[in-house]
Amino acid sequence: MGILSVNSSVSTPSLTLPLHGGGDAKVNRDSKMAAIIQATNLQKSYAGQRVVDGLNLFIHKGECFGLLGPNGAGKTTTLRMLLGLIAPDAGEITLLNLPVPQAAREARIRVGVVPQMDNLDPDFTVGENLLVYGRYFGMKDSEIEARIPALLEFASLTNKRDAKVPTLSGGMKRRLTLARALVNDPDVIFLDEPTTGLDPQARHLIWQRLRELTQQGKTLLLTTHFMDEAERLCHRLAVMDNGKLISQGTPRELIEQNIEPQVVEVFGETAGAWANENAARYSQRFELSGETVFCYVQEAQPLVAHLQTQSALRYLHRPANLEDVFLKLTGREMRE
Amino acid sequence: MIMRDFALPRLSLRFFPIWQRHWLVWKKIAAASVIGHLADPVIYMLGLGYGLGSLLPQMGGTSYMTFLAAGTVCYSTMNSASFEALYSGFARMHEQRTWEAILNAPISLDDVVLSEILWAATKSLMSGIAVLLVIWLLGLSHSAMSLWMIPLALLVGLTFAGLGLIMTALAPAYDFFLYYFTLVITPMMLLCGVFFPVTQLPQSWQTVANILPLSHAIDLARPLMVGNVPPDAIQHIAVLLAYALFGFYVSLVLFRRRLAR
Repeated sequence: MGILSVNSSVSTPSLTLPLHGGGDAKVNRDSKMAAIIQATNLQKSYAGQRVVDGLNLFIHKGECFGLLGPNGAGKTTTLRMLLGLIAPDAGEITLLNLPVPQAAREARIRVGVVPQMDNLDPDFTVGENLLVYGRYFGMKDSEIEARIPALLEFASLTNKRDAKVPTLSGGMKRRLTLARALVNDPDVIFLDEPTTGLDPQARHLIWQRLRELTQQGKTLLLTTHFMDEAERLCHRLAVMDNGKLISQGTPRELIEQNIEPQVVEVFGETAGAWANENAARYSQRFELSGETVFCYVQEAQPLVAHLQTQSALRYLHRPANLEDVFLKLTGREMRE
Repeated sequence: MIMRDFALPRLSLRFFPIWQRHWLVWKKIAAASVIGHLADPVIYMLGLGYGLGSLLPQMGGTSYMTFLAAGTVCYSTMNSASFEALYSGFARMHEQRTWEAILNAPISLDDVVLSEILWAATKSLMSGIAVLLVIWLLGLSHSAMSLWMIPLALLVGLTFAGLGLIMTALAPAYDFFLYYFTLVITPMMLLCGVFFPVTQLPQSWQTVANILPLSHAIDLARPLMVGNVPPDAIQHIAVLLAYALFGFYVSLVLFRRRLAR
């Protein structure tokens, strides 16, 4: 038989002390070494198909960790296993030092989740959504009511407290979902594609809020397939494909380890023909995609000088970015 | 994996904040809901009661209307639990993803399914009380024994909530529920003694009727309405409880498997 007051069942006092910092939010350098989420050799198959295949993750306290990968790479399945919502076929998970899925429920007392698809309560107002959700964590109504103004302010929804959910814009719903995930003041926040479907303004506001959360010392695990999002927000990234981690590191490390530093994109109707003749001579590696040739180079000057003599072609010279890494690692062909 | 799916339910008080959520939603549409609970059963009861009642002799020492009143309480509580467990439950599980949101909090599927059963039974309780109030106001029952109809409404609610949730766990879409209503609920209404005594049916049909849960509910309700202790009460209660527990367990196993992706 369980207990309604979930707060009283938080285990291992050695763990609760440093993590329940409440207001003081500086990342403690010593605790940086401790894993707040750890997965070892995780496996999961559905109907004989490996969805997650030998995955290892080690996420430190206070970092924003990004899980990248094309659709169907196994990102959401991984998140659901880490939360203890589905059991892995093999492998071990600890979340906040608790074994998952065995003690997943206890671990989730200190976790917030922003799901991929909105699942706010459409019958309720903004304020009621927060109140009702806080109760699921065993919080008292007075405790939740006391937090609501700050949550609404964080989500820029203060004047929407009494608005019904269906009247909110997509961006407001996402912000409310984020505020809802913070109702229990979690130490770890899982975000599954937090900005998919949002316009640029809404996306930038979410990014700003997520940065504030990392500054407060929260640990963030997010999945995305927006490389600019990953590059801006994440301290460390892992690229996942076919259920496996294929590369891992800081955004800069991923670029340095996987790809030449300079990219020259060459476009035009004759780009394909040009590439067959010349691309190999001027670049370490090149790819043809539609009418665009992507030339990956250590030193762009000779190629740029050559291109300036080709009047039928246009080109763009830029530093290599995460998207280049992502496409190199996971291929250019469509998924789904 | 398989073992985990078949594990016995682990009950806790954590169902309560979920029940509170359903209650808060209901309060917003309470007026419409009460009218909905009342209109259908009361019109049936009064229409058939006055219409057929004038043609029929007394039934087991009571008027046809009083005979019908006991059955009406039972079938309206059956209906409200079934609708709640099927349509509203499916909306919360599938369409609105309410369960998904709840399961991300420190709450288990066992708690969610228990809250669904208890909430659907709560709806039965409310609809049972609404119909009983009409019955008492019309003077169709004068016995204090009829107060036992209130816990009976809750028990019938638990029974049909559990059975209904099995359908919800199996349903690919709302259309699926039509089979359950046309093949299970409506036949039960016609076979289990709501409108006429089961003993009027051929023997083989009676055997079937006696297996169905609604018959046991009506066997309890009819004596209570006129102030008698129901014969074999313990047995009828045990059958209803067994259906409820069966429904809870089987639906939980099915939900575990369905939501394991």
